[in-house]
Amino acid sequence: MRKLALSDEILLTIEKPVRYIGNEVNSVTKDLSKIDIRFAMCFPDVYEIGMSHLGIQILYDMFNKREDVYCERVYSPWVDLDKIMRKQNIPLFAVESQDPVKCFDFLGITLQYEMCYTNILQILELSQIPIWSKDRTNEDPIVIGGGPCVYNPEPIADFFDMFYMGEGETRYYELLDLYKECKKNGFDRHEFLELAAEIPGIYVPAFYDVEYNEDGTIKAMTPNNPHAPKTVRKEILLDMDTELYPDKPVVPFIKVTQDRVVLEIQRGCIRGCRFCQAGQVYRPVRERSLEYLKETAKKMLESTGHEEISLSSLSSSDYSNLKGIVEYLIDEFNGKGINISLPSLRIDAFSLDVMSKVQDIKKSSLTFAPEAGSQRMRDVINKGLTEEIILKGAAEAFHGGWNKVKLYFMLGLPGEKEEDIKGIAELSNAVAKTYYAEIPKEKRNGRVMVTASTSFFVPKPFTPLQWASMFTKEDYLGKARIVNQTMKEQLNHKSLKYNWHEADVTVLEGVFARGDRKIAQVIYTAYQEFGCVYDAWSDFFDNDKWLAAFDKCGIDIEFYTLRERSLDEVFPWDFIDVGVTKDFLKREWNKAMNGIVSPNCREKCQGCGAMTFGGGVCYENKN
Amino acid sequence: MKIRIKFSKTGCVKFMGHLDVMHYFQKAMRRAKVDIKYSEGYSPHQIMSFASPLSLGHTTSGDYFDIEVHSTGTSDEMIKRLNDVMVEGFEVLSYRKLPDDSKAAMSLVAACDYEVSFREGYEPADFEAFKKDFTLFLSQSEINVVKQTKKSERLVDIKPLIYKFNIKDKTIFMQLASGSIENLKPELVVKAFFDYKQSELSQFALLIHRTQMYADAGDEEHRVLIALEDLGEDIL
Repeated sequence: MRKLALSDEILLTIEKPVRYIGNEVNSVTKDLSKIDIRFAMCFPDVYEIGMSHLGIQILYDMFNKREDVYCERVYSPWVDLDKIMRKQNIPLFAVESQDPVKCFDFLGITLQYEMCYTNILQILELSQIPIWSKDRTNEDPIVIGGGPCVYNPEPIADFFDMFYMGEGETRYYELLDLYKECKKNGFDRHEFLELAAEIPGIYVPAFYDVEYNEDGTIKAMTPNNPHAPKTVRKEILLDMDTELYPDKPVVPFIKVTQDRVVLEIQRGCIRGCRFCQAGQVYRPVRERSLEYLKETAKKMLESTGHEEISLSSLSSSDYSNLKGIVEYLIDEFNGKGINISLPSLRIDAFSLDVMSKVQDIKKSSLTFAPEAGSQRMRDVINKGLTEEIILKGAAEAFHGGWNKVKLYFMLGLPGEKEEDIKGIAELSNAVAKTYYAEIPKEKRNGRVMVTASTSFFVPKPFTPLQWASMFTKEDYLGKARIVNQTMKEQLNHKSLKYNWHEADVTVLEGVFARGDRKIAQVIYTAYQEFGCVYDAWSDFFDNDKWLAAFDKCGIDIEFYTLRERSLDEVFPWDFIDVGVTKDFLKREWNKAMNGIVSPNCREKCQGCGAMTFGGGVCYENKN
Repeated sequence: MKIRIKFSKTGCVKFMGHLDVMHYFQKAMRRAKVDIKYSEGYSPHQIMSFASPLSLGHTTSGDYFDIEVHSTGTSDEMIKRLNDVMVEGFEVLSYRKLPDDSKAAMSLVAACDYEVSFREGYEPADFEAFKKDFTLFLSQSEINVVKQTKKSERLVDIKPLIYKFNIKDKTIFMQLASGSIENLKPELVVKAFFDYKQSELSQFALLIHRTQMYADAGDEEHRVLIALEDLGEDIL
C-alpha cells in the first residue's frame, strides 16, 4: 500500500481528502531508482481547478513519455490543509509519490491568471523553497513558469529562476537533456541557468537589468550576462498532428470543473479581436487534422471512461473541418451514454442543427458574445459581430425552440461613451423583442429570458489595446449602474436579467497584467504580511489588504491603471518576441481609435508578423 | 440482464466518498466496455445501484452494486476486464447473474459483517482487559444507548441488533443489523462501551472494515442470512 504524506487523522479532518492522495486512473507510477529528473508540475489553485487544465495534462504526458523523467502533480492545498501544514511543519508534496516538492529537480508552475500570484508564494513557502529566486541554492529545485501570464512575467519575475515562453512541446526535452548533462558533471545552478538561457524560448530574469526613467516608466531592459539573448522568442508547435497529446489523461476521483475529455482542435484564432490576448499571442492559427482528431477522441474516451467530450479552441466555428468532426462525434458516440459539448460555436443554422441533436433545448441556453453594446464600440474592438447577425441568429434559435439567451459584454473599453454603455441594455432588449416578434403567442414556451453579463475590460500585453487607460473602481461601478438603470427602462425589462462583476479585482488584474518588476514586492507583502492567498476566490479576496500592501510598498496603483501610455513607451514585456510585431499592434491601435475594422486572417493578411514562424494559416492555400 | 458485482475498497482510496465511488465505477464500466444499459433522455445514466454507502475512511472487502446489461461475457472474463481498469485499492471480487425478478441489493441488505480494530497509537493500554470488559458488556441482556436523531434523543436497546460478536487477536468481529429498518453502525457499539466505562473514544481510534453484506431469506421468527452474492450465479 502506498504511504501517504498526510496522516489518517489529517485526511479525515479536512475537506475532500481525495485531492491529496493521487492514485487516479492514468496517473503515472515510476521506479525512482531509474529516474534522472524529477519534475513537479504545479497548478497554483485548488485540485478541482488544476485538474481541469489541458496544458498540464499535455506536459505531464509528454514528460512521462521519457523514461529518465518522472513528472508528478502539485496543487495548492486548500485553506484548511494549509493551516495544518504550517502548524505541523509538513512540507508540500507531489500527489503521485507523496514526496516533498523540495526534493525535486524542477518545480514547474503554470500561470493561467493573474489572481493566482499569491498562491505561487504559498506553494513555494509550503514547499520550503526560498520565495525569491536569488535566495535559492544548488539544493533547491529550479522554479520554472509557463502559461499565458508569461507574456508579461515581470511582476513575478523575481520569484522564478526561469520562464518558458510559448508552447511546451518544442523545447522542454532540450531543457531536460541539458539539465541531465549538468547534473552529471556536478550541478551548478548558475551554470545551468546560463546554458538554459541559450535555449530558444527560455527567459532567465536574473540575467536582465531594468533601468527606469524618472517618471517611473522603463528606460531600458538589458542582458547582464553574455548567455542571455536581447529578446526571447516564443515557441510554437507546427506539427499539430504530433504524438505529444495525452491519449490517456489522468481521470480525477472527484468531480472537477472540466470533468470530460477535452479535444483541442486547433490553436490560435483568425479573428484578431483587439482586446484578446490569446488571439494575438497564439498566432498563427494551426489546425489538427480531422483524422488525427477522430483517432484521438476515440482513444481518450476509451482510456478515461469519461461520459462527455468537449471541443476546445478559441473559436471552434473557424475550424475548417468542423462539420466533419462534429458529425463524427455524433455518429460515433451520441446515444451511447456519451454527451457531446460544443462550446465557442457561432450561432448559425449549422450550429443550431447540431446543438439540437446533442442537448436538451428546453434546458440549455444560447450564448452570444457581442462584447460591446454599440456597433461603433464593436468596430473599435474589431469584434465582427453586427446587431443584424445577432438578431438573425437569435430568431433562428427561437424558431428552433430555445428561449434562453446569454449575452456577454465588456465595460470600460477605450473611448466608451454613455450611448455605448446604454447600447448593452438596448441590444438585450432587441433580442427579447425578436422573440415576441418571431414566435406567435400559441407557440411560445413561456417568456424569453435574456441574461446579459458584463465584465470590466483589462488591457493585456501584446494586444492592440495595450496602450489603453483603465478607470477607477468608482467609474467602473458607475458604468454598471448605467446599464442596470437602462435595463429597467426597456420595454421588455421583465425578460431581461443583468449581472456584473466586482470592480476591485479588475483594478488589481490591470496592475498585474501590465506591471513591472516593482510589483513583486507588493505581491510579497500582500502574501507575507497581510495573508492574501486564493485571491481568485471571491470568498478570500480582500481588497483592503491589497490596498494596504500597495501603500506599504509605496507603489501607486494609478500609475499602472489610469496613466496614458505613449506609443513610444518601453513596455516591461517588450523583450519578448511573440511574432506579432509592435508596429502591427500600433497600426491596429490607431485603427481602433478611428473605429476601422480589420479583416480576419483568412480574408486578408494584415502582416502581423506571425508568418515568421513558417506555418499555420499564413501558408494556407500557398505552395 | 441483472448483474451483481462484489468489490473491495482498501488502502488510500478509503478517503473517497460514496458519490465519488459511484462515479468511479461508472467510468470503469466504460473503460472495461461493459455493455451496460442506460436510461433514456438527453443525459442518460447507467442503470447501477449500490447496496449501501460505505462511510468515508472505512474499508471493505464485501460491498456490492447491481447493474443491468444488454450482453455479457463469463464471470471470469468480466472480473478480469474490470480489474484490468481498476486502480490500486479497488478490486472486483465477483460478477454474478441475478434472476430477472430479483430485488435491488439496496432493498435486501439485512446485516453486515465488520472487522474493527484500533488504529496504531489508539489501542487500549491493556488489550486483554479491554477484551474481557467489552465481552462482558456485550453479554448483557439489554444494552441501552442514546440514539441521536436530527430532532430528538431516544434510548434504544441495541442488543437485538448485534447478531454475532467475537474478538480474535486484536480484531473485533461483529455481525450487525443493517438496512433501512434496523441499522447499527459498528463504531456505535464500541462507542457505547466507552461511554459505559465513562472513557473517551477518539474519533480516529477505530479502523472499520466491512467484509460481507447479507439478505434475510427467513421469516419473522427466524433469520436466515444469505450473502448478497449467493443470490446470483456465476456466468460460465
